[in-house]
Amino acid sequence: MRECDLVVIGGGPAGMAAALKAYEEGIKDILILERAETLGGILEQCIHTGFGLHYFGEELSGPEYADRFIEEIYKTDIDIRVDTMVLNVSADNVVTACNNFDGLLQIKAKAVVLAMGCRERPRGALSIAGCRASGIMTAGTAQKYVNLDGYMPGHEVVILGSGDIGLIMARRMTLEGAKVKAVCELMPYSGGLTRNIVQCLEDFGIPLRLSCTVVKTHGKDRLEGVTVANVDKNLKPILGTEEYIPCDTLMLSVGLIPENELSKNSGIDLDPVTNGPVVDEYRETVRKGVFACGNVLQVHDLVDYVTEESQIAGEGAAKFIKGEKEYGGYISTKGENGVRYIVPQRINKATDKDVKLYFRVGKVFRNVKLVVKCGDEIISSKKKNKMTPGEMEYVPIKLETIKALPENGVITVTIEEA
Amino acid sequence: MTKRDLICVSCPIGCAITVELDDNNEVISVTGNTCPRGDKYARQECTHPERMLTSTVKVEGAKLPVVPVKSASPIPKEMLFDCMEEINKVSLTAPVRIGDKVIENILGTGVDIVATNNAL
Ligand code: SF4
Repeated sequence: MRECDLVVIGGGPAGMAAALKAYEEGIKDILILERAETLGGILEQCIHTGFGLHYFGEELSGPEYADRFIEEIYKTDIDIRVDTMVLNVSADNVVTACNNFDGLLQIKAKAVVLAMGCRERPRGALSIAGCRASGIMTAGTAQKYVNLDGYMPGHEVVILGSGDIGLIMARRMTLEGAKVKAVCELMPYSGGLTRNIVQCLEDFGIPLRLSCTVVKTHGKDRLEGVTVANVDKNLKPILGTEEYIPCDTLMLSVGLIPENELSKNSGIDLDPVTNGPVVDEYRETVRKGVFACGNVLQVHDLVDYVTEESQIAGEGAAKFIKGEKEYGGYISTKGENGVRYIVPQRINKATDKDVKLYFRVGKVFRNVKLVVKCGDEIISSKKKNKMTPGEMEYVPIKLETIKALPENGVITVTIEEA
Repeated sequence: MTKRDLICVSCPIGCAITVELDDNNEVISVTGNTCPRGDKYARQECTHPERMLTSTVKVEGAKLPVVPVKSASPIPKEMLFDCMEEINKVSLTAPVRIGDKVIENILGTGVDIVATNNAL
């Protein structure tokens, strides 16, 4: 059986950043396994700009952002297998994969980084009445058709869900000559970044209908239209508000789900809120030597943060391989009062660094205080003008603070009135 | 004097910016931005709004039928659709490399359209 120091599953932004960081930290025997034909992951189809402002201080498109890392990888002797599907990660870190070139591959790894990314929530996960007419697809599928395959999936479009991919596609379809008739959002607020509402919808006069959903699709072979209706505060359609909108395409942008089939089959604990593995401050899962980063861990808003997180995982994996990762007791973290979750879910007391706690809120908050506590003791308190569910937030915790906390202590991040 | 509320689109943080304008539409003050880019954006937005443009162009002989492109810098907002028409007229032949100029000085804006991926 082939042996390898580090196997990275997934060659998108997360996998590439983790591999490069581990390489920089002295781990040279690295193998990246990628399901698609090329490295780069979903960035290859995200041709709009806005990537890299934090990390590179430049406004890059998705393929350009990916290319920076691909070029770096090519300069190293990191081994890459594309077109390769990972089937299993065993309890003793044997990775089983297959492709047309090697057939079945089995690799015994000292450490594994899970960087499989996420996928879109499909229509099957929503209950919309109607036939399985063609013309109904996720926004990401439409993005692939237009940006990689070079063809337009329709001319008159309704978008359900105001996630960023849906907003980006509203603009893309409009620029290519399609008419986007409405973006319907079930919630009373958008799930996307504010800048995307401005430059993808408002710029083109595309209406954003909040508290509104699609209740029925019409057409048998090809979509002919949809019926939309407003919803009440329990998110139930209000009788009498139905409206028919003719269209040949319905795009869904209703959320992303981390792809954790491998993690689950491998018996790695998942957080029920993030749907990603439970990790410590180096993004090590409950299985020693298995790390997770990027959208498989938590759905990010910006790729820059994926890179940052993946470098932490890469550094952690390198420390683990070199036998330098310390283990003490754990301090756990938790969110309260609208803070939906915290990543990392636990912090090693023996850690050697400051830790950033990442989270998302469950609704829009204005003029509040973000408070970090342990028991009754307040660790930090910061005023926040605005927090929205579409944006990832973080609070820093200093190493001294962690060292001073009791073992089995709980750090709580909460929102209070200002 | 008038006030305009804007969302800065220069980066994904999306700061809420307030601009005060005098009666001649000259900017008096910009507040709410967290970095100098926001100030620049707000002044630009109130005088000559500009946007980045991204799209794809046809390419022959590569693995994929299209290659992504962007405007090297923002272009006047009202010219987005005219520029799209120009972009859609172009057909390239592989190889195309990241950064290759696809259209020089599109419609006299002084801005080039450049490839943002390799098409080999
Ligand atoms: S003002 Fe600066 S930080 Fe705020 S959105 Fe604009 S560019 Fe980003």
